[in-house]
Amino acid sequence: MTEYHELIVVGGGPAGLAAACEAWEKGVRDILILERDKELGGILNQCIHNGFGLTYFKEELTGPEYAGRFVKMLYSTDVKVKTDTMVLNITPDKEIHAVNTFDGYLVLRAKSIILTMGCRERTRGAIGIPGDRPAGVLTAGAAQRYLNIEGYLVGKRVVILGSGDIGLIMARRMTLEGAKVLAVVELMPYSNGLNRNIVQCLEDFDIPLYLAHTITDIEGGDGRVSKVRVAQVDENRMPMPGTEMEFDCDTVLLSVGLIPENELSKNAGLELDRRTNGLVVYENMETSAEGIFACGNVVHVHDLVDFVTAESQAAGRSAAAYLAGNHAAGKADLEVKTAGHVTYTVPQKLRLANVEQSAKLFFRVNQVMPKAIVTVRSGEETLATFRREHMAPGEMATVTIPRVLLEKANGTITVTAEPAEEI
Amino acid sequence: MVDVTVIGCGVIGAATAAMLAKYDLSVMVLEAQNDVATGTTKANSAIIHAGYDPEPETQMARLNVEGNRLCKEWAKQLDVPCKEIGSLVLAFDEADLAMINELYRRGVANGVPELKLLSAEELLAMEPKLSHEVKGALLAPSAAVISPWDFCLALAETAVKNGAQLKRSAPVTAIEKIEGGYRLHTPQGVVESRMVVNAAGVFADKVHDMIAPHAFTTHPSRGEYYLMDKSQGALVDHVVFQCPNKDGKGVLVSPTVHGNLIVGPNAEPVAEGDDVAVTADGLAFVRRQAAKSVPEINYRDSIRNFAGVRAVTDQPDFVIAEAEGAPGFIDLGGIKSPGLSSAPAIALQAVELLGKAGLTLKEKENYVFERRETRFKELSSDEKAKLVEKSPAYGRVICRCETITEGEIIAALHSPIPPVSVDGVKRRCNAGMGRCQGGFCGPRVQEIIARELGVPQTEVLQDKAGSRILLCKTKGEDAQ
Repeated sequence: MTEYHELIVVGGGPAGLAAACEAWEKGVRDILILERDKELGGILNQCIHNGFGLTYFKEELTGPEYAGRFVKMLYSTDVKVKTDTMVLNITPDKEIHAVNTFDGYLVLRAKSIILTMGCRERTRGAIGIPGDRPAGVLTAGAAQRYLNIEGYLVGKRVVILGSGDIGLIMARRMTLEGAKVLAVVELMPYSNGLNRNIVQCLEDFDIPLYLAHTITDIEGGDGRVSKVRVAQVDENRMPMPGTEMEFDCDTVLLSVGLIPENELSKNAGLELDRRTNGLVVYENMETSAEGIFACGNVVHVHDLVDFVTAESQAAGRSAAAYLAGNHAAGKADLEVKTAGHVTYTVPQKLRLANVEQSAKLFFRVNQVMPKAIVTVRSGEETLATFRREHMAPGEMATVTIPRVLLEKANGTITVTAEPAEEI
Repeated sequence: MVDVTVIGCGVIGAATAAMLAKYDLSVMVLEAQNDVATGTTKANSAIIHAGYDPEPETQMARLNVEGNRLCKEWAKQLDVPCKEIGSLVLAFDEADLAMINELYRRGVANGVPELKLLSAEELLAMEPKLSHEVKGALLAPSAAVISPWDFCLALAETAVKNGAQLKRSAPVTAIEKIEGGYRLHTPQGVVESRMVVNAAGVFADKVHDMIAPHAFTTHPSRGEYYLMDKSQGALVDHVVFQCPNKDGKGVLVSPTVHGNLIVGPNAEPVAEGDDVAVTADGLAFVRRQAAKSVPEINYRDSIRNFAGVRAVTDQPDFVIAEAEGAPGFIDLGGIKSPGLSSAPAIALQAVELLGKAGLTLKEKENYVFERRETRFKELSSDEKAKLVEKSPAYGRVICRCETITEGEIIAALHSPIPPVSVDGVKRRCNAGMGRCQGGFCGPRVQEIIARELGVPQTEVLQDKAGSRILLCKTKGEDAQ
């Protein structure tokens, strides 16, 4: 038996919650959230540190508190929620197959869908660390779940590979629980984490950060990790002989990147961006299938949940507009391309009919630039330039381009960033 | 005293035990590790070879071709994932073309069905992602891919269901000759047995030496692999080999029976039979060699690296014989490639040798050689709906990458050979096999294991003895 809804939101983490709340706010009255975990809130539930909400709520909250505010907002609406429910398949014509223990096998249909499946961590297999394969090599997020949700310590002497934010947070967290974090090892010559986390999680606890280093060997047979070797890498990221250090440890935590979870999107035939591994979206967070929107880490990996919230509210508004018939479908007027040190943008496509005053583009750069000039061009013509201080791969950047400038562009716009000597 | 003891429960030991369990005999299986299928059986290319490699007239040629047929037949009867996708041996130059002609000749002599030599055009029409440097290939449609650990499990379960006894964590440490048989010492106690089958894999030479004059030496040869995400699984449709060389069958690229892509192995001599580390050099070699066959493999989609050790010996053929001066002690040693493919035929030959040694082989009446597994993912929508209605635990998806439900994990934990580790669950129902490699489902699988087996969560292992995942609780009485 098929169940019908105006709007189905796939995922009840920060993106799904904000999108559903906003769609309700904008008048959509038949909304269903499908969440695979037993509770709403997504990954925020295990992020018990503070630092969330500085931009959106103008106060410092923990992850569960931040999620809690949105859950509370949601409970003041009639948005329906099914937790512990796994979506198995989504079709381009908006049929959703899902399963849980209380309804059984569900076939659902929606007029609009918002995809918010989030992301997963890269694993040892993705980066090919040589050595034995003992227990004690975990992703930082898995260790965080064990520690913060289940109350188990995964190790006492820890080396962390990768300086992504989860790794930095876990360096502090494991230290506070009595473990000794011997080193954070980063392949690149800079950290991919937020600067505030380097200071508050490593420097404040005297945890050494080895930039331009990597793990070259893990020992431990088929038992538990007993030792890792770390070496400095050259400019081609190859280990340099003679630079090896050894650490006696029982645990290796990996914080080596996040990958948007788009298996459902792939099966639905939606267009993906090879640069982000995320969905390609229009200015209103609509995917390549009409009426299917997406937001949060399933589109591109964010550093701050506040930005996820803003993006998801935009998706919620767009779904409401789509359901109300106030929506320009069809092809893009402008494709957004990248050059210079810009690695990707979101959105990747713009339809001016859906742009009110201005369009906001999110992007990342591929090197640290103390000062930079961001340029938006159309062909040879420069539409706008923006000066920025301290750009880094670990920190998402934005530019807001007025619609009047976009109207001058012809088919494509290109976003570039170059280091600047002076400002 | 039991009638027969099988030492080792890899695919060779399990197949032999399953065949012995057909008869009115008491059968004991001793496995050194805490689970079956943990040695060479779980870490290899997972190919059922067609049988054109071995020299004609050898024991290996006969066992391979017969084994190929039996593997597919048994896989069907025991519901083991197995697909007959066929294999290709690529030729890149004149010497290779001569080699595939030679393999064709051997294959025909060995009785391999439907072999065909392909031109470069025919080959590329069939497999467009292959390197355009190819000059031709040998096609063997009877080659297949299989889940080797599930094959071993299905056979071991068959043995147990038909009355065989399995002791795990029971490595044989010494063997004595006694009146009418042998006394085997293990940390789990002593077993007295009229006859013994030595299926100890890379350690078979050491077990042999416990009771008979030295006859063969294992020279463990390690092979390293990449396992790629399912997004790469359709790159090729066949098992793609290069021409064999002195180290073996070379680096292959193949879809796995689960829909991933496997790339490897290299061949590196190692000192210890349990050295399954991967190396930067070994993996780089694999990538370089594989690129000759299939240039477009995207290693960003790698989900796991692993290594396995081949039981290569100082003898060209398998060692399948009664040990010298040890009546009723049968060695199944040096079972290197194509060992998995030959396993059923080796098992039948072992039973025959035991019969010759005086074992009475009287068939039981109620022998069952059948198994049916419930795999949620493979069911139709209607079947899924009915299953969840009947048992709601199938409605809770635990492993999101592979869509494995709590119902399947519970069934695995109550199967004839219950797993004791997270990887043991993985081998039985695929939870944690996917792209996140258990990052999300590991903690939940662990919880279910602890609950179903009634043990504290901190004692649940990743895999082998000593592989604890959690060191302690942070709060409460158990905190350290």
